[in-house]
Amino acid sequence: MIALKTFKKGGVHPEENKISANSPIQKLAFPKQVVVPLGQNLGTPSKPLVKRGDEVKTGQLIAKGESFISANLHSPFTGKVLKIDDAIDSSGYRRPAIFIDVEEDEKWEEGIDTSETIIRDIKADKQTIIDKIKECGIVGLGGATFPTHVKLMIPDGRKAEYLIINGVECEPYLTSDHRLMLEKGEQLLIGIKILMKALAVERAIIGIENNKTDAINHLTELAKQYAGIDIQPLKVKYPQGGEKQLIKATVNREVPSGKLPIEVGCVVCNVGTAVAVYEAVQKNKPLIERVVTVTGKAVKKPSNFLVRIGTPVQMLIDAAEGLPENTGKIINGGPMMGKAITSLEVPVVKGSSGILLMKNEESKRGVPQTCIRCSKCTLACPMGLEPFLLAKLAKLSLHERAEKEKIMDCIECGSCQFTCPSNLPLLDFLRLGKNKVGQLIRSRK
Amino acid sequence: MSQFTISGSPHVHGEENVKKIMYTVVLALVPAILVSIYFFGIDAVRVLLIAVISCLFFEWVIQKYLIKGPVTITDGSAVVAGLLLAFNVPANLPWWIMVIGALVTIGIAKMSFGGLGKNPFNPALVGRVFMLISFPVQMTSWPVPKPLFANSLTDAITGPTALGLLKEGLDAGKNIDQILADPSMPAYLDRLTGNMSGSLGEMSAIALIIGGLFMIWRKVIDWQVPFSIILTVFVFAGIFHLIDPEIYIDPVFHLFTGGLMLGAIYMATDMVSSPMNISGKWVYGIGIGLITIIIRMWGAYPEGISFAILIMNAFVPLINYGFKPRRFGLVGNKK
Repeated sequence: MIALKTFKKGGVHPEENKISANSPIQKLAFPKQVVVPLGQNLGTPSKPLVKRGDEVKTGQLIAKGESFISANLHSPFTGKVLKIDDAIDSSGYRRPAIFIDVEEDEKWEEGIDTSETIIRDIKADKQTIIDKIKECGIVGLGGATFPTHVKLMIPDGRKAEYLIINGVECEPYLTSDHRLMLEKGEQLLIGIKILMKALAVERAIIGIENNKTDAINHLTELAKQYAGIDIQPLKVKYPQGGEKQLIKATVNREVPSGKLPIEVGCVVCNVGTAVAVYEAVQKNKPLIERVVTVTGKAVKKPSNFLVRIGTPVQMLIDAAEGLPENTGKIINGGPMMGKAITSLEVPVVKGSSGILLMKNEESKRGVPQTCIRCSKCTLACPMGLEPFLLAKLAKLSLHERAEKEKIMDCIECGSCQFTCPSNLPLLDFLRLGKNKVGQLIRSRK
Repeated sequence: MSQFTISGSPHVHGEENVKKIMYTVVLALVPAILVSIYFFGIDAVRVLLIAVISCLFFEWVIQKYLIKGPVTITDGSAVVAGLLLAFNVPANLPWWIMVIGALVTIGIAKMSFGGLGKNPFNPALVGRVFMLISFPVQMTSWPVPKPLFANSLTDAITGPTALGLLKEGLDAGKNIDQILADPSMPAYLDRLTGNMSGSLGEMSAIALIIGGLFMIWRKVIDWQVPFSIILTVFVFAGIFHLIDPEIYIDPVFHLFTGGLMLGAIYMATDMVSSPMNISGKWVYGIGIGLITIIIRMWGAYPEGISFAILIMNAFVPLINYGFKPRRFGLVGNKK
């Protein structure tokens, strides 16, 4: 057997636990009220265009991305704006959001094609595609929520050679991308074609980890109809879904420290993003829903749901037959990089890929012991950093030294802390260090 | 308020823990322990028990009454230190020397620096070198092995080690062929299986290599350190053997005699006192190999690996500073 491609440096292999992999995507019932946070994208939060008492239709633009790195926001439901107020989001902070009282009777904004018919012919030209993506508020659905239209604007002097599509889903438990590849394979490939056109690239590679052989086979079969799209099976290894690791694994190029993938001629998009791009460009449908996995060892019915933005997490858990009694932690995202949330009222946002319920006994960290200098963290770090050292530098506030040791290259994948035999909270300190070094760098400007 | 745990990612943890690592090392030492018991019988058991119990005892006393902090003797690190200390002494060592060695190992080399993870030098080697310098006679009178539970060895004949024979022979002006012809020089097969005079644990290269492979498989040690030490010793000794086979013995002899295997596989690889990065591990291993051979060939002691490891231990902070892992995305992009 030929060894599967993967990235070379570091990485870990947590238990995969893809228990919801065989559960088809189901639509969720409508909530009574939704909370749509304004800051759902990386960059500047969107600016609201509606006010209290306004009637909104499904898919109507309700907040606009005004600065360069920002995204539009659309109403996920038909209803009435109750208020614009602070609401708790997955970060645990209270941040501005639009509250909408949902009406049962759904009215879509005009011009949106809600049919299931697949439109294969790509009529839009390069600029129209980018404009449409911007208009529809598409952001990276892998979790980073970087506005997609910004990604597609290649800076002068650079040229994209490869479009790399991230179907890796290296986070344990999560299966939303997996289900999407199986159920919306064709839409995905058309979306990729659209992105290829926007970037003027000849080749696209879909990287998929080898624990999703059904998706690999399905897409390989479909891709025969689409020139220039290759499916690349990859060895199962975390954090392969990291942008830089995926580029290394698929085209063996290394994004320079502190630079973007375009530096090596690559643009990376998640499979969910590509499907959203299809819907935006071919169906004129803004990004108002996404697939979310609800899972966990104690969950009665681990499932994948098609969820409208703003739906409270509580509803998703109810649909998966309720919160298990011994739940100790609720994570928005996967177990390696997800955020523990404080409340069940937290809404689903564009970046939510899963809700993971951990049992009480799983949810507690081990007691930290002394560092035995085993160097496992260094070997596990996919960026070639020394987490033990960076954590110590952060602790001692030696920020200049930490900057020199490339702390800003840390992708916060958590491999170091996962592997640490002494249960040290390495990533906590690395985040602290990154924060301080970031302040330091900004203060120099 | 929320009844859920809130903590930063990652929310899952691998299966590694300190205890598991330490007891994996203990498990890896089992073949060598069995070999030592086979050759030295009840004396081996006695030395091993005294060493382990004293190490545990001193760690307990220091943690409980001196530091007045948590007692962590169950983490297995003191057991490992005790076993390795016992491996480095002759089977007929008087018990009280062993106890003093354990005190130095735990009290001075480990706890005075802050305990597990803080010691710059390999504790068992510090204890061993202390005993070697303080009690040179007792530490270098090696009982001749008597396989299969012979009577107590306290009155058994003692004999020199293979390396000792080599050094004495060369000092007396003999050439290599004459030294190898000496009837007390162990044959090649005996050197491999451990049927020769020497410290408890350095007897059988095969048993040590089995344990080493087990540790590499369980990812407790990296192969780079033992490999680079063994390779350096082999190449360096080989070059001199080729230059003058009359005075310099063949390199294979160096590999399977003395404490080379024990040192390369178990002592130099001690996580706490060895470098953190792969490139550094090579530098460290090559350094140990070179110093070992220099002491063996031209030094006052027949065996040099303990000193070599301790010397290189002292360079570890510098090696860690100078030899970094290759950063991702820094190719041709150095500032």
